[in-house]
Amino acid sequence: MRLQISTQLAIFAVLELAAREGQQLSVADIGEKYGVSSHHLAKVMHVMGRAGLVRSVRGAGGGYQFAGNARRTTLLDVVQLFEDANSVEQDGGAADATPEGQALRQVLSEIDDIARATLGSITIATMRKLVDRHATGNGRQSKAGRPRQRGSLAP
Amino acid sequence: MPTATKARAAKADALRVRRVRASDMANVIALDAHVTKLPKPDYWDDVFRRYGKQRLHERFFLVAENRADRTKPRLLGFIIGEVRVWEFGSTPCGWVFALSVDPEMRLHGAGNALLEAMSAEFKKAGVSKMRTMVARDARLPLLFFRSEGMMAGPYIQLEKDLD
Ligand SMILES: CC(C)(COP(=O)(O)OP(=O)(O)OC[C@H]1O[C@@H](n2cnc3c(N)ncnc32)[C@H](O)[C@@H]1OP(=O)(O)O)[C@@H](O)C(=O)NCCC(=O)NCCS
Repeated sequence: MRLQISTQLAIFAVLELAAREGQQLSVADIGEKYGVSSHHLAKVMHVMGRAGLVRSVRGAGGGYQFAGNARRTTLLDVVQLFEDANSVEQDGGAADATPEGQALRQVLSEIDDIARATLGSITIATMRKLVDRHATGNGRQSKAGRPRQRGSLAP
Repeated sequence: MPTATKARAAKADALRVRRVRASDMANVIALDAHVTKLPKPDYWDDVFRRYGKQRLHERFFLVAENRADRTKPRLLGFIIGEVRVWEFGSTPCGWVFALSVDPEMRLHGAGNALLEAMSAEFKKAGVSKMRTMVARDARLPLLFFRSEGMMAGPYIQLEKDLD
């Protein structure tokens, strides 16, 4: 499964902000850690601000704060802001009406259903615990088996 | 101690997980009937016989109760599991196949206490992996098991209509 860059950035930003509730981070802080431009990140933050997941703090040292509930916000809540959650919907082409098109759709929907159930069952708080496991080298699913080089934001 | 910390400590103190007893079964059956809307006393008699009385070194039927009022402990929920050997070609592992907490008593740590007690029993029984199966649309149990650090296992469940 692949997520668009904006979606990944949104998840990273929420994870960073949720790790520091009540504090704020600038897009430059987050952008530096993940190697992305502040411009790209600002657009992502704007979308999340409209959805009430983050709030901007004005003034010197301004930035963003997490505004959601980390124990009740799931990855799906974030992903749905940037991706079409029903990606296997028919596109209206002639192939959709054929038995072949329907069979393929059935298989792809199976994959989508699993992806949705996975993203919908993992909260930001659960993700933070998983992040911490990787940071201490216990992330079982980590291909490299070791935590990545830490950015300036790493706790 | 700050009041909030004291309150939490008192709550944790009142929560106890132990093996099921025959005298719990009326409450277990009532809780299950309340949650599933499907009373099934015969099924529960059978489960109690098999998991509450036999092969107790590898079968675990645990209940959580609130003992704030020691004279009248209140059943909060239950969990049932067992060590299964070589099923689906897997090495022995612990399977959790029932977990339920009274809807009015949820989000106070009873589910977590039950799962932790079950994990401890599985470890004592010598297995190092715990598994369960949850309906894809059962949000609450999925969120709960995920929050407990459970990830998708290496098996895919398959089915077919027999027509
Ligand atoms: C799943 C269940 C056992 C959890 O019991 P519980 O006593 O509420 O669990 P806990 O209080 O220990 O909750 C632990 C964590 O689970 C997660 N969780 C539980 N309910 C949640 C909800 N409504 N939304 C998001 N996360 C939730 C949270 O991470 C929670 O931790 P938090 O309170 O710090 O956020 C209970 O909800 C239940 O019995 N549900 C129905 C079970 C069922 O359908 N059984 C049939 C299939 S076996």
